[in-house]
Amino acid sequence: MTHAWLQNLMYLALLLGLAFPLGTYMGKVLDGERTFLQPVLGPLERGLYRLMGIRGDEEMGWAAYGWVITLLKLLGFAAVFLLMKAQGRLPLNPEHLPGTVTDLAFNTAVSFMTNTNWQAYGGESTMSYLTQMLGLTVQNFLSAATGIAVLTALVRGLMRRNAETLGNAFVDVTRATVYILLPLSLVFALFLVSQGVIQNLSAYVHTASGQVLAMGPAASQVAIKMLGTNGGGFFGANAAHPFENSTPLSNFIQTLSILLIPAGLVVSFGRMVKDARQGRAILAAMSVIFVAALAVCTHFEVSGNPALARAGADQIATATNAGGNLEGKELRFGAGPSALWATATTAASNGSVNAMHDSFTPMGGLVPLWLIQLGEVVFGGVGSGLYGMLMFVFVGVFIGGLMVGRTPEYLGKKVEAFEMKMASLAILIPCAAVLLGAAVSVVSTAGVATVSNPGPHGFTQILYAWSSAANNNGSAFGGLGVNTPFYNAGLAVAMLLGRFGVIWPVLALAGALARKKHTPGSAGTLPTHTPLFVGVLVGAVLLVGALTFLPSLALGPIAEHLALR
Amino acid sequence: MTSHSRQTAEARPLLEPAIVKRAAGDAFRKLNPVHQLRNPVMFTVWICSAFTTALWVEALAGKGEARPGFILAIALWLWFTVLFANFAEAMAEGRGKAQADSLRRAKKDITAKKLASTDRASARDLLPASMLRLGDLVLVEAGDTIPGDGEVIEGIASVNESAITGESAPVIRESGGDRSAVTGGTLVLSDWIVVRISANPGESFLDRMIAMVEGAKRQKTPNEIALDILLAGLTIIFLLATATLLPFSLFSVKAAGQGTPITLTVLVALLVCLIPTTIGGLLSAIGIAGMDRMIQANVIATSGRAVEAAGDVDVLLLDKTGTITLGNREAVAFLPAGGVNIKDLADAAQLSSLADETPEGRSIVVLAKAQHGLRERDLHALDAHFVPFTAQTRMSGVNILREGGSREVRKGAAASIEDFVKARGGCFPEDLRRTVDQVAMAGGTPLVVADGAQALGVIHLKDIVKGGIKERFGELRGMGIKTVMITGDNPLTAAAIAAEAGVDDFLAQATPEAKLKLIREYQAGGRLVAMTGDGTNDAPALAQADVAVAMNSGTQAAKEAGNMVDLDSNPTKLIEIVEIGKQLLMTRGSLTTFSIANDVAKYFAILPAAFVATYPALGALNVMGLHSPESAILSAVIFNALIIVVLIPLALRGVKYRPMGAAALLQRNLLVYGLGGLVVPFAGIKLIDLILVALRFTV
Repeated sequence: MTHAWLQNLMYLALLLGLAFPLGTYMGKVLDGERTFLQPVLGPLERGLYRLMGIRGDEEMGWAAYGWVITLLKLLGFAAVFLLMKAQGRLPLNPEHLPGTVTDLAFNTAVSFMTNTNWQAYGGESTMSYLTQMLGLTVQNFLSAATGIAVLTALVRGLMRRNAETLGNAFVDVTRATVYILLPLSLVFALFLVSQGVIQNLSAYVHTASGQVLAMGPAASQVAIKMLGTNGGGFFGANAAHPFENSTPLSNFIQTLSILLIPAGLVVSFGRMVKDARQGRAILAAMSVIFVAALAVCTHFEVSGNPALARAGADQIATATNAGGNLEGKELRFGAGPSALWATATTAASNGSVNAMHDSFTPMGGLVPLWLIQLGEVVFGGVGSGLYGMLMFVFVGVFIGGLMVGRTPEYLGKKVEAFEMKMASLAILIPCAAVLLGAAVSVVSTAGVATVSNPGPHGFTQILYAWSSAANNNGSAFGGLGVNTPFYNAGLAVAMLLGRFGVIWPVLALAGALARKKHTPGSAGTLPTHTPLFVGVLVGAVLLVGALTFLPSLALGPIAEHLALR
Repeated sequence: MTSHSRQTAEARPLLEPAIVKRAAGDAFRKLNPVHQLRNPVMFTVWICSAFTTALWVEALAGKGEARPGFILAIALWLWFTVLFANFAEAMAEGRGKAQADSLRRAKKDITAKKLASTDRASARDLLPASMLRLGDLVLVEAGDTIPGDGEVIEGIASVNESAITGESAPVIRESGGDRSAVTGGTLVLSDWIVVRISANPGESFLDRMIAMVEGAKRQKTPNEIALDILLAGLTIIFLLATATLLPFSLFSVKAAGQGTPITLTVLVALLVCLIPTTIGGLLSAIGIAGMDRMIQANVIATSGRAVEAAGDVDVLLLDKTGTITLGNREAVAFLPAGGVNIKDLADAAQLSSLADETPEGRSIVVLAKAQHGLRERDLHALDAHFVPFTAQTRMSGVNILREGGSREVRKGAAASIEDFVKARGGCFPEDLRRTVDQVAMAGGTPLVVADGAQALGVIHLKDIVKGGIKERFGELRGMGIKTVMITGDNPLTAAAIAAEAGVDDFLAQATPEAKLKLIREYQAGGRLVAMTGDGTNDAPALAQADVAVAMNSGTQAAKEAGNMVDLDSNPTKLIEIVEIGKQLLMTRGSLTTFSIANDVAKYFAILPAAFVATYPALGALNVMGLHSPESAILSAVIFNALIIVVLIPLALRGVKYRPMGAAALLQRNLLVYGLGGLVVPFAGIKLIDLILVALRFTV
């Protein structure tokens, strides 16, 4: 049991420790500065511009920026959709997997272009290697890079004065991919291979005992799946699969890789706004919520299931017994690391899993669900986590600013009606998609038909699916059959709303900020780097999250937990 | 700071019975849904009230989802919520209306003497003031009421402006210069003036003032709109959270196989409790009360936007004279020239000032007595006669007749005295010149004293910085506001006074152009600038400043250019105006925080009540130990309605502003309104529940 807590502590220390150097490096990349990788990767960057016919110094207004991002994603959607439909006639398909049904292709294409990586399929039984590599892996890079790009545009909006433009979307996406995602993924993939994660194009292996072992280029995809907060597993079992996550060390480092870039980007933010304290304050707010969530999840998972305890099951950790709630856990990892993974993967919009969230204790399962519902702003998705958190910063600054008797301002930009409108929309749209989707599901025959559990747990399964899709997480609670036309289509819509319903308001907000002039701070300005403001920010996130979802959570995990006691 | 405004504020108590009575009636009139549409939060409550009333009618017909008494109670308290919010708004307006009524009395029918030409004796027409047009000329004589706003183009008169300012001491109005503006409705006490009317009927200062205090043309301010958007966003979120609860509940009842789905009444009650009704209901009252507080401070703002901007001001341009220093200078030292006895200098200085009735002159006499024990002498006994100051000589003094001519004692500017002594064959010593420069450099005004051909020395006149002003500027600095002193003095003098007064910066030898340029520079740096002004040459700067307070004693042009008029014509008022602006924003922010924080307790009241039948385990969430589901829900609704009433005085008075840094202020307000908002409803709801049980309302 103490192992779990020690591991959590080590995790936090490493995460925050690595966030600073990485964040500084990423900040340089996004500000267009020279980095030590320039000599190696510079030619690649320039080659890509030539290939795409892009002039790097061309500036875009917020709408143009938004359309480039949107069209890039639509292109990605078309590529994945067509690859899935046509994979049966395409190469690199040793198992001769046929093209998929249309609603699954639609759902998956939407899922990967929105950085959700919701998977209504099992990778090894559905996707050809070509689809995995050319379709899904490429989207893993692109969707993460677009997240970073949108964040960069927002930061420029904060920093520029009386400006009409937010930079060049092509350049931002390219630089994020070439200088950040690519080198990190390369190193990480090599590490994974060293741990035993497979990387081949062989046909599946049939063992003497009749077992079929799925093969494939797993390591290269897993690397960006984790680093880009994508989360879509190469195999259906995701990170519980030994070929995808082989050793305790690979498990720990993979867990670390989930939050590495999101945490680093917060440091980058501080560097890019030329006030490191601003980044540290947001990082602190995120860490506070993360630590609390992790503590709750770890506590309930390592304590085990009270119902099983009453039935006489031994859930105490000993040298020979991993202990805790082991139902639905990969025994190679145990309760503690599974709780850590679950918390990290839902704090970020990663959504990979190394255990079944469905089998968590009610409170242990509430943590990932609620973290998703907060809008994945606790570190959150690559880029998207921070721009989501900045929406809460605007709300916090607005109310806090009023309380000190001034028109609120953040980093010298006045927060007025338009900013409040966009921030409200960006927070509201995913919430609405979750609640409305779940409401339709529970009263429709198609929605309840595939629920595996009765009572509050069944309700949680539905609520989780919609929360995960609308917030682009992609993890599945499990237990709910989602490869149906109803869920494939409905969840795809939720994913689209969750991505574009946030990106567009964020960019419009960035555009409005860029046009504003800068108000220098004074003693009368609300400071946004103090512990007090960290408290305000945490309060804003928790209150909105709690007030929106408490009623539904009461009917799901809370009712279940109270009944279990 | 301004005792005058404090008095007016006390004169009208917060809850004056007459205003309360009128507001109570207005609260019902405001139930009109068209009126409610302005406020998305309260409009939602209005619809909920109507809907619950319909549910009650349905229940009376025997088809209800709960017992009619319960639904009725909820419906009534929802209506009360709307009424209480209306009442708050009406209370805020009522205070303005009472003020407007007294202003209207000044507007009663006046007969104007319209002249054909500027000549007082030209042909005159008698006609009602309401017929006067822009550019008309009217004669106003002693005992007449001035028929409309205008400019004095001939004559001089003392005018009682108490109808506008509340100040009964008469003021002088004369043609030319900065005292030429007159206001309709004020009374000429003596003499006569010819006035050129400067406003058409309905556009006069008095009309605008009445419209302003009544809030008739009140538009939402930018910050109010932004807050409205946030509140509307929250309302939508809670609408979704409660509306989806119905399907969730249906599913849960089926899944659990027990209990009944949540009733519409309870859903509506939950919705109203969750949406920010506290701030929504008080928002417009807070805005109106902000304007009202300005009026209590005897400042008329032309728009709510201006009041709001006052809170954001970060640079104050303050005129030196009258704001930072007392209007008069004071003698502080006698500095004799080489070889002159200081007592002789003091004696001559006293002689030259005996008949000088200016404050500077009096202060010289006082200083001579205090430092050298020189008593006042009788000029007649000395057979001396007074030589008054003229713009030509720039000197004053006495001529004392004695045998063989007269002794001429003079004091005045260095250059004038130099000419004076040289003309009499004397010389102006070099050390005296240095003393003159030293005094100027120290921020003083040097007056040189001469007795005939001999220059005796220098009197050091000093600007007297107002008491406590340095501390005040220190407070402003703590609030993040920069103070800039504007003066016509030379840079050396200005720097010395600036240092003594503790202002952050100064503009010396200020011309209207230099002022305008300075304002533009600050604005280009992203700062909001406030200033006061009264002269016509202040108008461009007033028009450029973000918060521009024109003195009521100033010219019409200045009043037109500014966005506020200070009826007391007190330049120090600017500081108070900034505080009122800040108070307005703070009240909004604090009550928003309070409102949202309240929701936590309401969840703990309503959620277990609504779902305990389906999932009995949820009873554990009833941490307040409320009596029954019905009493729990009703208690939450009642608390939600009553808290609006409880907070009306706070909304009208405003959250107290304390001059401290933003960080300290936030901490304080978060503690009071954030933490308070979390805790108070737990106690309040429990208390109401106990009362309901005691009254046996609940089953």
